[in-house]
Amino acid sequence: MKPRSFEYLRPASVDEAVEALARYGDDARILAGGQSLIPMLNFRLLEPLALVDIRHIADLSHIRLDGDMLEVGAAVTQNRLLSWPDLARHVPLLAIAMPWVGHFQTRNRGTVCGSIAHADPSSEIPLSLAMLGGEVVLQSPRGRRVLKADEFQTGMLSTAREADEMIVAVRFPTGSGKAAFREVARRHGDYAIVAVGAVSLSPSEILVGIGGAADRPVVRRYASNGGDLMSEIEALAWELETYEDLHASQRMRRDLVRRLAPAVISELRS
Amino acid sequence: MTDVQDQAARKEPSAREAAGAHARSGSKHVGKPLRRREDEALLTGAGRYADDLPVPPGTLVAHVLRSPHPHALIRGIDVAAALDLPGVSAVITGEDIAKLSDPFLVAVKEPIPQWSLAVERVRYVGEPVALIVASDRYVAEDAAELVEIDYEPLPVVIDPLEAVGPDAILVHEAVGSNELSRRDFVYGDPDAAFASADRIVKLDVEFPRHSYTPMECFVVVAEYRRAEQSYDVLANFQGPFSAHPVMARALRIPGSKLRLRTPPDSGGSFGIKLSVFPFIVLMGLAARIVGRPVKWVEDRLEHLLAASTGPNRITKVEAAVMNDGRIAGLRLDQLEDYGAYLRAPMPGPLYRMHGALTGAYDIRNLAVANRIVLTNKAPAALNRGFGGPQIYLALERIVQRIAVELGMDPLDVMRRNLIPAGSFPYRTAAGALYDSGDYPQAIEIATGDGRLEDLRRRRDEARAQGRLYGIGYAAVVEPGMSNMGYLSTLLPLAARERSGPKNGAVSMATVNIDPLGAVSVTADTPAQGQGHITVLSQIVADQLGLSPDEITVNLEIDTQKDQWSIASGNYSCRFSPGTAVAAHLAAQKIRDKLARIGAKQLNVLPEDVVLSGGKVRSRSNPDNALAFGRVAGTAHWSPIMLPEGVEPGLRETAVWSPPELEPPTSGDGINTSLTYGFVFDMCGIEVDPMTFQVRVDRYVSMHDAGALLNPLIAEGQIHGAFVQGIATALYEEFIYDEGGGFQTGTFADYVIPTVCEVPPLEIIHMESPSPFTPLGAKGLGEGNCMSVPVCIANAVADALGVTDVRLPATPRRIHDMLTRDEPEAGAGDAR
Amino acid sequence: MIEQKPKQRVTLTLNGRKVTGDAEPRLLLTDFIRHTLGATGTHVGCEHGVCGCCTVIIDGVAARSCLAFAVQMDGATIETVESLADEDGRMNALQEAFRRHHALQCGFCTSGILMSFTDFLRRNPEPSRDEVVDVLCGHLCRCTGYANIVDAVMDVVEAHAPPQRDIGAV
Repeated sequence: MKPRSFEYLRPASVDEAVEALARYGDDARILAGGQSLIPMLNFRLLEPLALVDIRHIADLSHIRLDGDMLEVGAAVTQNRLLSWPDLARHVPLLAIAMPWVGHFQTRNRGTVCGSIAHADPSSEIPLSLAMLGGEVVLQSPRGRRVLKADEFQTGMLSTAREADEMIVAVRFPTGSGKAAFREVARRHGDYAIVAVGAVSLSPSEILVGIGGAADRPVVRRYASNGGDLMSEIEALAWELETYEDLHASQRMRRDLVRRLAPAVISELRS
Repeated sequence: MTDVQDQAARKEPSAREAAGAHARSGSKHVGKPLRRREDEALLTGAGRYADDLPVPPGTLVAHVLRSPHPHALIRGIDVAAALDLPGVSAVITGEDIAKLSDPFLVAVKEPIPQWSLAVERVRYVGEPVALIVASDRYVAEDAAELVEIDYEPLPVVIDPLEAVGPDAILVHEAVGSNELSRRDFVYGDPDAAFASADRIVKLDVEFPRHSYTPMECFVVVAEYRRAEQSYDVLANFQGPFSAHPVMARALRIPGSKLRLRTPPDSGGSFGIKLSVFPFIVLMGLAARIVGRPVKWVEDRLEHLLAASTGPNRITKVEAAVMNDGRIAGLRLDQLEDYGAYLRAPMPGPLYRMHGALTGAYDIRNLAVANRIVLTNKAPAALNRGFGGPQIYLALERIVQRIAVELGMDPLDVMRRNLIPAGSFPYRTAAGALYDSGDYPQAIEIATGDGRLEDLRRRRDEARAQGRLYGIGYAAVVEPGMSNMGYLSTLLPLAARERSGPKNGAVSMATVNIDPLGAVSVTADTPAQGQGHITVLSQIVADQLGLSPDEITVNLEIDTQKDQWSIASGNYSCRFSPGTAVAAHLAAQKIRDKLARIGAKQLNVLPEDVVLSGGKVRSRSNPDNALAFGRVAGTAHWSPIMLPEGVEPGLRETAVWSPPELEPPTSGDGINTSLTYGFVFDMCGIEVDPMTFQVRVDRYVSMHDAGALLNPLIAEGQIHGAFVQGIATALYEEFIYDEGGGFQTGTFADYVIPTVCEVPPLEIIHMESPSPFTPLGAKGLGEGNCMSVPVCIANAVADALGVTDVRLPATPRRIHDMLTRDEPEAGAGDAR
Repeated sequence: MIEQKPKQRVTLTLNGRKVTGDAEPRLLLTDFIRHTLGATGTHVGCEHGVCGCCTVIIDGVAARSCLAFAVQMDGATIETVESLADEDGRMNALQEAFRRHHALQCGFCTSGILMSFTDFLRRNPEPSRDEVVDVLCGHLCRCTGYANIVDAVMDVVEAHAPPQRDIGAV
């Protein structure tokens, strides 16, 4: 279980980093926390010619409120954000969803943006970003562009990032209301079989997000006092293109949505 | 979680002290919860595991290339590109291995040859096909990608029932069948019992394939000494050393030319590290081929894929039952799946429990069919519990079914059938000689103090709220120290008579005292974390009147220099009834010798000499005393001062092989083990209808393991086995798809429970000392691996009102049990 | 890529001492610590970031050393289990508590667990039992059944916590 050879690059700036990406194209990978990337390298599932280590780039280590957005730089670890004292006030959903990300030891090194880049459909951070309608800031030698979460994540482990682009930051809208979150996994810290989040948008509207059930997070907006929420959820369960794996059948994923979503919504209302 | 840990935290040391009361009587150290002497090195990073030890200069590194196919012909292997890679010394294939070695010996006379690399054909995913030897592991893995193997895939057989069905694909064509062996046993008159029964209760159970995967994988460092034509190998092998002759025969050498050494520390084993033995042979051959020492460290992918597994078993069980709950007879049809090859000492799990097949119950009429099946899966071998979890899943599930069918409480069915108090030693139907115990009392104690009432109250309250709550019970007889003759029960009487009787379990330990009186101990048990150094030092210290920290214990084994026999090793709870006794006897021998030497110097009779407080003294006149070291030194410095008939030097080896371990009788009766402990578990579980997870609400485990040598370590063993039992019940399984592909190759798929998944455990002890060993101690390390899976299965059956409970009871399986047809899209609420 | 890359010089602080070694870019930090620097107290259990045996403290935070490359550590400060006892070899309070509570058996996973809690208790000296459990959840142990490990850590936590105020005196 040893990785194949690669070049190791440690650029001092974002410009240098994206230059390297431009040079290597698809053969380069950004290395930030490495908590998802390095297992795949050790399994020899990937064959990058170069790893571009961005952990040391000073411009990427910020946690910053910017207007109605919380911007998190690409070198910020999950635990750093989780221990940011104002997190629960500004982005309550993240504050309750992030403790479900991996373990203390992986959150110490794993980055917020790395989780977004990895785009696992079960992951809590991409689900949170999708629910809140956040943004991903990408940079390439051609400049910067900003994608909405649902434009960025295009499928299971796939994103709209171009080969010469790197995520420099993600932005979470602040000021959303109360949140509730719950997930089912085989073990605490495992990828969720199904994760459900709910956020109250206004007294009359809530957001419900589902992770783990389909190839990417699914977000729906419901009237919070609508009498037929249950049938909305039933309809949602069928709309999800659920998948089967070792731990759950397609049907079981639908059933988990049918059961978890009402529980999370009722927790939100309580 | 919190409850249990609070309880443990609050536990007064005196509770543990009390637990060791028996063993402590008349002894100063044995029976006490002495803190472990192993710990300081391990806690400071100074442990010496196999991969930490220095290797000879020039040592090369090996990487095993494994089959991606479950069944295929090897049409050709092109190693040229791999050999061209700088740093690669050799690429060894099955052809090379077959020239230099013979197939491993197996327990049945069938044509199922296996070498340490596949020859001509692969039969399971992960089977070693080639060995790359290179300057480092990174390069070796690069080279592995350059080896081109031309496989011709063949059809596969994975399901054991399909494998014994008509027109099955054959794993070994030369055998002509996948059912490698079948033996039918009859004890008492089961036909009559079934004919006169009020009712016959039947159940099929399926025990999963899984492994207790130690955190440290296999490590082998091998050298070949050309001048002596001998192999010198260090490996984290656990025993049994009956595998040593198997390795030596494969290498075509006398055993003395296979010097096998074990490292000071080993990172867990649980049965698994027996299966390093084919790699000991492989690396030895590799060292011979390349002319340099070769080191191999197994990685986790290899380990999960194919290191070892407990066998999966399908059991059909039928009980002849009277209306009062009495079980008049039992029929068992056990079909055990050993994967693609039968490796020594398989089929151990199918026979190791043979004498104890009726568990804790007084059932005199028994019919058993033992069937061995081969499939295209990794070979099975040792796994903690070793056949126990498999049999108790059948036995204790049928007890629960009997209760359901008769409308009785399962506890009442159990009580009706328990072996009565006062009937020990008790000879079971199949020949085991249970040494001691009081099963009814153990159950009374466990269910007492309001514990059972509390469980029932929890169930009633939960059910009143519409929740899915169930109670499970399990009674388990836990064997300790296997009779090495048990495996010969596999052979029919005539074959046994031809080959001569096999029996016994030879344990050995040596106590040595140096010229200044320092004591050192060696023994036949290479430890993997069980605290044996601590316990042996307690035992020897008691005999010599010293403190345990004055006793140096070295459990590294060197087969060229140390005492060992086929039973040596760490498995099947043989330490407390075996090696510990040998150490006790060796210490007694050396104590007696010291007493004779001291008697002469003290001018008293040897009978008057006691060893205590570092002195050799007169019992009747304690002031008449000499320092321990001075008396001991006499044997080295001044042989002239020794009493007549006392040999110089101070080194005593004791051999312990108890007479109760007899060969199988002509009627196939076999006393499979020396000691038989008792475990009674009861638990309450709740099935979460939202998440389909099983939550263990309360778990109580009652243990009677005879005298406890060190209660602190004993409880550690119980906690560890308990969590492994939880793993089997709810989490871990090796899964193959229909095409033979392996689905659980990483720790993300093979889900070992973490602390977050572990429920509270309440441990209760009683002590019925074994009359068959001088220390009175029985094994206790495996009981919960046997009891927990079925106890939880019984609770799930109770909670859901179902008959079939497949383990592990994963959310996916619970979901299948709980949900019926899914409403059509748009049909509204699915519930 | 099959072609090997040149080794790079890596200088870091290991347990308070500056050390130097050469590493190909792909060399895992575990292999560097164990085989290049010779600190074998850090163990390798899975090499895919699940078991936690290889946990060390990198620049102040506990992390899996199998999920990092040696070349990333140039200039870093790393602490391993070998750093915990004092110069005379006396074990620290956490190590002592592990021994007292029989919180280890084979000891293979223990180094990583000690390093996780070394980091965690520095930052959070008075955690709740649930928080301790949550951190331990990042480790696999096959021998102990975990209960004694939680007890050992809580023992250290409780010894550290200020004594309960006597309610009668308020």
